[in-house]
Amino acid sequence: MIKNYQLPRKVYATEEHAMFKKTVEEYFKNHVLPHREKWEEQGYCDKEAWLKAGELGLLGITCDPKYGGMGLDFSFSAMLIEEQSRYGAAAPGISMHSDIVIPYIEKHGSDFLKEKYLPGCCSGELIGSLGMTEPSTGSDLQAIKTFAEDKGDHWIVNGSKTFITIGYTSDFTIVACKTSKGAGSRGISLIILDADMPGFSKGKPFKKLGLKTSDTCELFFEDVKVPKENLVGELGMGFIHMMTELPRERLTIALTAIGAVRGALEHTLAYTQERKAFKQPICAFQNTQFEVAEIATQLEYHCAFVDRCTELLGEEKLTAELASMAKYHSSDMQCKMIDACLQLFGGYGYIWEYPIARYYGDARVQRIYGGTNEIMKLMISRSIYADFFQEMKAAKKHAQKQMAAAAN
Amino acid sequence: MSTFFTEEHELFRQSLRAFLEKEAIPHIDQWEEDRRTPRDIWKKMGDMGFLGLSYPEEYGGLGLDFFYDVVFNEELGRCNSGGFAITQQVTQYMSCPNILKYGSEELKQRYLPGIISGDLISSIGITEPGAGSDAQNISTTAIKDGDHYVVNGAKTFITNGVYGDFIVTVVKTDPEAGAAGVSLLILEQKMEGVTSRKLKKLGWHSSDTAELNFDNVKVPVENLIGEEGRGFYYLMNGLQLERLVAVPAAVTGCETAIEMSLQYMSEREAFGRPINKFQVLRHRIAQLASEVEALKAFSYHCCEMYANDIYDVKLCSMAKLLATELCEKVATECLQFFGGYGFMEEYPMARMYRDVRVGTIGGGSSEIMREIIAKIVIDGQGYVKPKSSGNGIVERKASTPGGNGKSDNGSTDTAETTPDISIEEIVSGIQAKASAVDALGKTLKFDFGGEQITIDGTGADNQVSASNPDADCTINLSKEDFHKLVSGNLNPMNAVMSGQVKIDGDMGLAMKLQSLFS
Amino acid sequence: MTKYFTEEHDTFRQSFRAFLEKEVKPNIDQWEKDGQLPRDIYKKFGEMGYFGLNRPEEYGGLDLDMWYGVVFDEEIARMNSGGFGASIGAHPMLALTHITHEGTEEQKQKYLVPGILGTKVGCLAITEPSAGSDVQSVRTTAIKDGDEYVINGSKTFITNGVLSDFLVVVCKTDPDQKAKGISLFIIDRDTAGVSATFLDKLGWRASDTGEIAFDNVRVPASNMLGAEGQGFFYIMQHFVSERLAMAVGGYAASEYAIEVTLKYMNEREAFGRKINRFQVLRHRIAQLSAEIEMVKQFCYSLYARYAAGEYVVKEASMAKLLGTQLADKTMTQCLQMFGGYGYMEEYPMARMFRDTRLGQIGGGTSEILCEIIAKAMIDGRSYKSV
Repeated sequence: MIKNYQLPRKVYATEEHAMFKKTVEEYFKNHVLPHREKWEEQGYCDKEAWLKAGELGLLGITCDPKYGGMGLDFSFSAMLIEEQSRYGAAAPGISMHSDIVIPYIEKHGSDFLKEKYLPGCCSGELIGSLGMTEPSTGSDLQAIKTFAEDKGDHWIVNGSKTFITIGYTSDFTIVACKTSKGAGSRGISLIILDADMPGFSKGKPFKKLGLKTSDTCELFFEDVKVPKENLVGELGMGFIHMMTELPRERLTIALTAIGAVRGALEHTLAYTQERKAFKQPICAFQNTQFEVAEIATQLEYHCAFVDRCTELLGEEKLTAELASMAKYHSSDMQCKMIDACLQLFGGYGYIWEYPIARYYGDARVQRIYGGTNEIMKLMISRSIYADFFQEMKAAKKHAQKQMAAAAN
Repeated sequence: MSTFFTEEHELFRQSLRAFLEKEAIPHIDQWEEDRRTPRDIWKKMGDMGFLGLSYPEEYGGLGLDFFYDVVFNEELGRCNSGGFAITQQVTQYMSCPNILKYGSEELKQRYLPGIISGDLISSIGITEPGAGSDAQNISTTAIKDGDHYVVNGAKTFITNGVYGDFIVTVVKTDPEAGAAGVSLLILEQKMEGVTSRKLKKLGWHSSDTAELNFDNVKVPVENLIGEEGRGFYYLMNGLQLERLVAVPAAVTGCETAIEMSLQYMSEREAFGRPINKFQVLRHRIAQLASEVEALKAFSYHCCEMYANDIYDVKLCSMAKLLATELCEKVATECLQFFGGYGFMEEYPMARMYRDVRVGTIGGGSSEIMREIIAKIVIDGQGYVKPKSSGNGIVERKASTPGGNGKSDNGSTDTAETTPDISIEEIVSGIQAKASAVDALGKTLKFDFGGEQITIDGTGADNQVSASNPDADCTINLSKEDFHKLVSGNLNPMNAVMSGQVKIDGDMGLAMKLQSLFS
Repeated sequence: MTKYFTEEHDTFRQSFRAFLEKEVKPNIDQWEKDGQLPRDIYKKFGEMGYFGLNRPEEYGGLDLDMWYGVVFDEEIARMNSGGFGASIGAHPMLALTHITHEGTEEQKQKYLVPGILGTKVGCLAITEPSAGSDVQSVRTTAIKDGDEYVINGSKTFITNGVLSDFLVVVCKTDPDQKAKGISLFIIDRDTAGVSATFLDKLGWRASDTGEIAFDNVRVPASNMLGAEGQGFFYIMQHFVSERLAMAVGGYAASEYAIEVTLKYMNEREAFGRKINRFQVLRHRIAQLSAEIEMVKQFCYSLYARYAAGEYVVKEASMAKLLGTQLADKTMTQCLQMFGGYGYMEEYPMARMFRDTRLGQIGGGTSEILCEIIAKAMIDGRSYKSV
């Protein structure tokens, strides 16, 4: 039931979506949330959760059914991301796996790779991760150092990656490697390394401020022998391939943001109606009311923009710039709004046993990963000015032509 | 800054800093991990004479001036562990001053030497599961029974509550009497009936925060601090110190964050240069540093006032409000400078980010700070300093003529300013109106705080009386506002919607106000 | 216990406030309409000694400490006319400061003495149409020709730029150099080739802000102020006091805004009560009050350090940054409290809002201040007194 203060979500309007939402709810409530404490303790989620997700058709949602995927459009992935975030579940890293890793293989991989990895990915038997960031290079992707030395029918890979989401529990990683030196962005290729390849080792999951149930770790490559057939896409085209996937990746972060705010707000509404102070529920204070109004408004506003991006993605028209706007703005909003929610919980907001503290910890990294918000702004402004500059040049040329024509 | 600190202060600072760098900082990661700070660090600090700085020498203290306390807190603030810092901040400045100022000589002798030597750790037990900002609403009782009190109730969010030795506990010795029934009683963790549960928190991991339960705890009457019924006033007296103590540590915490960020930014490269070259980041540093510098000056100003015995509620509240908010801002922006490393616990910013978040909540939330400041600035409410000889009476000056001393949301600090209309007059006044409308079918009570009017509509018609049953719907309001309602000078619906009157219970019944009073 | 203001300062404040209430306040609306101040107010200020508070007695000054200047700035801010404050302040603080510190005896007699008396009014002309923040790129030239200099160029956004009797002008005596090619000159208004036009502005309407053209203006070489090639450094030198003064203007105007707003909120009713009962509005006032108090104490502490001889370049920049940001924030929120009346010129907030807006731009934009602070903190740049 759409409320008066909620924007109708056209992207999720079908009956299939409604049914899907129920499946998602059942999955998280029964198979994920009950294990949170245990997963926080160990720093990763159990394999069972992946298999269950596969069983329920929650993995590889957009993947071709011939590989075991669900063959649905991205709006279902989007709904899953929002709902998972709404529940405050950082694990399993379904979105990384289904919306980032799987598409690389499905869109750019050879038939060999598709047949080798996709069925397992869709069932949950295989978990995939993506390795780009290195200890000394995050934003400046071109400066990565992991090198794949050409040895004829295979590569020898040396280097390391860090901050790799689901890196610890994943069975394989798509690794961004330099395949030729001195070629800048044209020297980067995407290569699949299997976790059991000799020389490929992993650090223990990092202890992080938030996203505690999700494993993030370092990967180390020491003379790892990798067959040439593990190349995803074309040699030297890794950077280009990554660029084409960016819009969707950035959108997933925006979706996570709005889902989280919705979840946090729901908890907050419940708490502010129960909690009493000075002889009344704290929702009677104007300050509380105004804060809630602000949070709800920001949420609906961002839903409008993000839904439009989801639609555009479905039409394959989502630009990197729009996705960057969605990413940075939604994540900034998420951090601010969840902070405001936490404040309304008073002391309980600081207690880990209450959900809001976890939403708060989880939110912070959204402004950093997937491209920092600073990089998003750089990217957007460059595009704007480049465009503007082009238009000015064209206008000048046009004016010159006209003048020349008039002179004759 | 040499206006405030002498050479002796600076020598003290150097020796404390060296001590912390050697004995505390290398272990903090472990203590955070263990969710517990071992007791021997306090003992070491006590041995070094770092505790009880302004406590009298007769208890082992050093009898020094307040700016030694300021140095102490500044240095704690540089350790990047709010959990570590809070242990002594609570013991020295929030818990034991109550014993020092109001306790009997026996109590002082029993507890103060221990907290000054570092052998004992204590808590201040105010907050309860159902009462935080609304401290007057506490319900832990202490009923006198011969030579002891029997204490029942619960407290929560109590720093040092799990592993500490004693708690200066806020109890109701007279549960019927509102603020005047509150007393301070010392309970010890080892007393029978005291149980604790350690709470998991977002930050302050090295500090043990407890939920405490008191089940028929027998507490000797000697453990009463000062006089019965004075507890609330004693507490009010200590609030300014409590708020102020957070501020110097906040300043140095912010400075530390900026220092660490500058260091990182000078080393970390991206796009071919150190990231301290990027203009946006440089400007953020400039903005943050400016705000920290201003806060520092303000902090010293407030500390100086306090050191000179000037009891300025407004200033202390402002300082606490601004300092804690700035900490959050600095922590989140500095975390951002570290990129992905900012999210990793291995690096310092993640802990700082988690730790600072409680600042705007504990010790009086930012919202309460604004309530207090608003009352002073808008309503002209003044606060008179209690006599330091221990009588601790907080008098609240009446508000300026024309200003109504009550804010809509009835917070703790308010004295009621009710006009002198007797209940009998009100009862007879509205009986006519009540009889003129259909029986409500339920009971509706108007609670003026201490007095009430009830309309019993369960019978054939509405009977008005001064009785005090458990009503189906209770409306909390001042006599003044009730008068306005009745005389048509206050629109009931507006009053409800804007929170001027507070409804408890059957809202539907409250909706009938319109018909009752139009 | 640190006390910044003595009884003498307080007495001065009272008498200055009374003077302003009598001689200034009743006329502000008219001056705002006129777009300029009348000459006689300068004379009145001069007679009272207000232009010579910190100046040496031998030139007619009162040789008082800098705290009198702080009182001056605080009280001026309560007049609710940024334009009045700008004009009446630019004369002693910008023009006369340079004459005092860099002037020859002859120049001081010719300009400082009447300046302090208020019979001659000055301005300081730095900014040009194509050079604001980037002072080193000024293009106005002063080329030596015998025992004269020929000055060509233009200036803009100059307070007192149309009506002042003399101008202290920043020129390039060596156009091939940056900072080291800059010198200061005193130019009399009635010198041939000097012309000026009034600029119409969002705020500061009581101040004559001018665009000035110098067309082959000839001045004797003795009109150079200070040493050749040192002009830039002289300007930098005085930025500390200028920025501190603007910071004071920021918090003092904010305080005054809160005052008028509280008065309004105590009268205006809505939903059956005074609007000062609504929690959200109360909390906004509380928050602003806290921030104002903090900036105020910060400024006082800096004045104390400055008075003790510390050259607080970084900190003065910080104070100006915060004070002017705070003023914008305060004016915006206070205007909101007035509802529709906030938008009416009849009520004080509209003008306060307009006037405040220049604070983050003039006297060093907030962005430039961040640059300065960042250089000090990140690059370890330090500044020495010239």
